Amino acid sequence: MTVQLIAMQLFSGLALGAILIMVALGLSIIFGMLGIVNFAHGALFMVGAYAGLYVAGLTGSFWWALVLAPVLIGLFGMLIERFLIRPLYGRSPDDPLLLTFGLGYVLVEAVRILFGTDGIPFSTPAALRGVVNLGIGFFPLYRLFVIGVVLAVLLLLWLGLERTKFGLIVRAGSADPLIMRVLGVDISKLWLVVFGIGVGITALGGVLAAPMRNVSPEMGTLVLAEAFVVTVIGGMGSLAGAVIAGLIVGVAVSMTSLFAPEMATIVMFALMALILLVRPNGLYGRAAPGL
Amino acid sequence: MSVVRNVELAPPSSRRGLAVLFPGANRWRVPLSVLTLCILPWVLPSQALAVNVLIYGLLAVGYNLLFGYTGLLSFGHAAFFGAGAYATGIAIGTFGVNWFVAMVVGLAVAGFLATIMGMLAIRTRGIYFSMVTLALSQLVYYTALQASSWTGGENGLRGFTVSTLSFPGFSLNFLDPLVKYYAITIVVALALWFVSRALNSPFGAVIEAIRENETRARACGYNVERTKLLSFVLSGILCGLAGTLSAMHLSIVPLDSLHYQTSGLIVMMTLLGGAGSFFGPFIGALAFLLMEDIFSLWTTNWQLIVGVIFILFVLYLPKGIWGTLISWGKGR
Repeated sequence: MTVQLIAMQLFSGLALGAILIMVALGLSIIFGMLGIVNFAHGALFMVGAYAGLYVAGLTGSFWWALVLAPVLIGLFGMLIERFLIRPLYGRSPDDPLLLTFGLGYVLVEAVRILFGTDGIPFSTPAALRGVVNLGIGFFPLYRLFVIGVVLAVLLLLWLGLERTKFGLIVRAGSADPLIMRVLGVDISKLWLVVFGIGVGITALGGVLAAPMRNVSPEMGTLVLAEAFVVTVIGGMGSLAGAVIAGLIVGVAVSMTSLFAPEMATIVMFALMALILLVRPNGLYGRAAPGL
Repeated sequence: MSVVRNVELAPPSSRRGLAVLFPGANRWRVPLSVLTLCILPWVLPSQALAVNVLIYGLLAVGYNLLFGYTGLLSFGHAAFFGAGAYATGIAIGTFGVNWFVAMVVGLAVAGFLATIMGMLAIRTRGIYFSMVTLALSQLVYYTALQASSWTGGENGLRGFTVSTLSFPGFSLNFLDPLVKYYAITIVVALALWFVSRALNSPFGAVIEAIRENETRARACGYNVERTKLLSFVLSGILCGLAGTLSAMHLSIVPLDSLHYQTSGLIVMMTLLGGAGSFFGPFIGALAFLLMEDIFSLWTTNWQLIVGVIFILFVLYLPKGIWGTLISWGKGR
């Protein structure tokens, strides 16, 4: 067990963390702004991967898939918000949760009908194949690319929320929807857009994950659990929390798989239980709404 | 929390509704429920379906104690169902104990797991609770997947059969479908009687008070955390009982019985029937399994239809089938 090996494992942990951040981001945004737990998150992630597959099949280019699939699924997400979730505002916070759970069920079956029940391989684009020498060892180029995309998305989100007028309105809207309505802002349009962006980012995560994970109708089930672990550890609705939690979980899983491979899937849930004992609202969380 | 819908679902009003339909229905709700269950094998398309209604109905009744009456939306109850089933199967298959001891072991393991999970989950509130229960139950799922020398891993637990239920002095042939059905009905009847007693006790009143207004219940001096935990554990033990019955019925425990999709199934059944009503969960299990039975004859994608129906229920009939019937009865 050399220092080099541990350094390498640490780095792949950070890379895994980047993917986990991507997985959790859409869930966290929608919760942070709208106060809704999207149980269809895993299914939309999977739908994003399939949309990427479909677009890549039509255009023959991974890059088009990377751009078009999130936009398409984001628009689809806006339809979901408009026709399924909007009627539930003002009712119990459990209702959108139950509805999106049912929606996830429906989406998985719909994909099974359209694309079949078997997994479909999604090949890494030619430009991103191969490995890079990092000085401590070789690392797949595609994973570095994913880290780059995640960083870009995080930067865009931060700039959008903190440096634009739209971001200002979104933050104000999530802090106090009533006052924003009094000030004449059409908050329902705002929520429509935010939900669309959240779903779009989820779909982008699906496309990015497609070459690393087998694309199958069931790929969303693990994603949902992972996203929950990351957001619960980080604190619901906190972007900084999601980033730090994603990195912690990534490194923890990666290190565990070095020392005790059979514990790798279990460790993230155990970590969550541990954090909850110390901080019930997560690292950066605020108290849950509705109570 | 969720004041609007919970007021609509409040059992006191639904009991009043039942009382309008049949005077004294509240006192007779257990015998009436059991009587209905006794008729099931003769009216349903198959006896296999009737046994499933019993087991999943009990599962939903146990879950309803937490979701419908205490107002906590757990997405992790598959863990208790699966734990009860696995513990019973392992007790019979590996340790060769008799059926009664195996059932007790199943209940004990489910109760133990529910205590640990409950202690962690109850620290969180609102929708965090749903996410934490889901994640913890996935921890149980992956643990069972890894401990394949005990649980059979992905193939599920096999190699145990209960063919006779031996009592002191006599024994029952558990392989005869009708004997099996009525033997399980007796256990379910006992569980229903227990739930009914619990709901009519001061404990039942306190959990409903917590659901309606947690802050006020706390201000009234009730220990909210302990009551929630007790409700969580009782609910987990009842789901564990459904698991032990399922294991003895099927002679196999599929790994999927621990998966959160199973938890989702329980939530769907409870909501379809009517959360917070006594007999609603059975109606929900019956409706769900009947839909599965009928639609799966037409199409392998029956889950699509069931999912759409569930979404429509959340949107337009959040009180479920039984809850809506009850409020109609009350309206007249």
